[in-house]
Amino acid sequence: MKGMIGKKIGMTQVFDDNGNIVPVTIIQAGPCHVTQIRSKDKEGYVAVQLGFAETKPTRLTKGQLGHLKRNNLPALRHLREFRIKDGDADVAEGQEITVAVFEKGERVDIVGTSKGRGFAGTIKRHGFNRQPKTHGQSDRERAPGSVGQRSFPGRTLPGQRMAGRMGNERVTIQNLEVVLIDADKNLIAVRGSVPGAKNGIVMIKPSVKARTK
Amino acid sequence: MSQQIISGFEAPDRGHPELHPGDTVKVHVRIVEGGKERIQVFQGVVIRYRAGGNDANFTVRRIASHGVGVERTFLLKSPRVDKIEVTRGAKVRRAQLYYLRDLRGKKARLKERRRNKQMVTEAPSGN
Repeated sequence: MKGMIGKKIGMTQVFDDNGNIVPVTIIQAGPCHVTQIRSKDKEGYVAVQLGFAETKPTRLTKGQLGHLKRNNLPALRHLREFRIKDGDADVAEGQEITVAVFEKGERVDIVGTSKGRGFAGTIKRHGFNRQPKTHGQSDRERAPGSVGQRSFPGRTLPGQRMAGRMGNERVTIQNLEVVLIDADKNLIAVRGSVPGAKNGIVMIKPSVKARTK
Repeated sequence: MSQQIISGFEAPDRGHPELHPGDTVKVHVRIVEGGKERIQVFQGVVIRYRAGGNDANFTVRRIASHGVGVERTFLLKSPRVDKIEVTRGAKVRRAQLYYLRDLRGKKARLKERRRNKQMVTEAPSGN
């Protein structure tokens, strides 16, 4: 079982073995604890539940503490499930998982929550084009334009892209290369950017695309 | 806290001499060609120096054949930059010497300024 919960620290650039400079995102990953193994018989699906970030017991509810206490685990703030294939559960409840499960050069998928953009217009949200600034135009620069036809169909069709809430949703970035691993400091650096703001919680999973190859 | 963790990823100091705009430098660059590694020297005037972590870089301008100006930017902490020699310092009044691009020949000269004795002894006699 490969997977971790981590906290996004931020981005920087590092030199790789060939002397190229590589943009990386640094993630503080783990140590995570296996809080529960979900089984086909009991829950109807197979998954490993991990917990991350030790916190004060007073910050959790009694229900959460009781769930962790089954395996004598400390108070953990974040729990996430990682779906695995039936019979792939090579971990035991209560076990600790560190960044050592990943290797340098490996490909991973990162799941995070994107930065919230609030109520965003069509240009930012859907990549619409801007209208002319001149030629007698006024107040129409960032307007979406037409949203329909004429008396037929006489309505705006469902699915028409419009302004609305943007961001603050689950986003997966696939196939990121692991550039560095620091097992002592529980740090992992992946090439490229990762969804969400600094200090955001992210899930690191083995890459789906690399697995199918 | 985050910034402390990030600064832990900074590449080690490579012991290059301090660079200033206007310095004439020889940059020894490692070049890998077909599996073989060799060193190439790029000599010219530092027209820009940008500080900052792993991104610290400087731009060297040299006049190649037919009076064509060639500028090359190097990352200060790159392992590909083998060695930097400062052969001459110059008196300059700005941090970015972009005005040199519009000047050629005698007008593009800079007045020498010796900053320390060490630099003078480092300067090769043939230059």
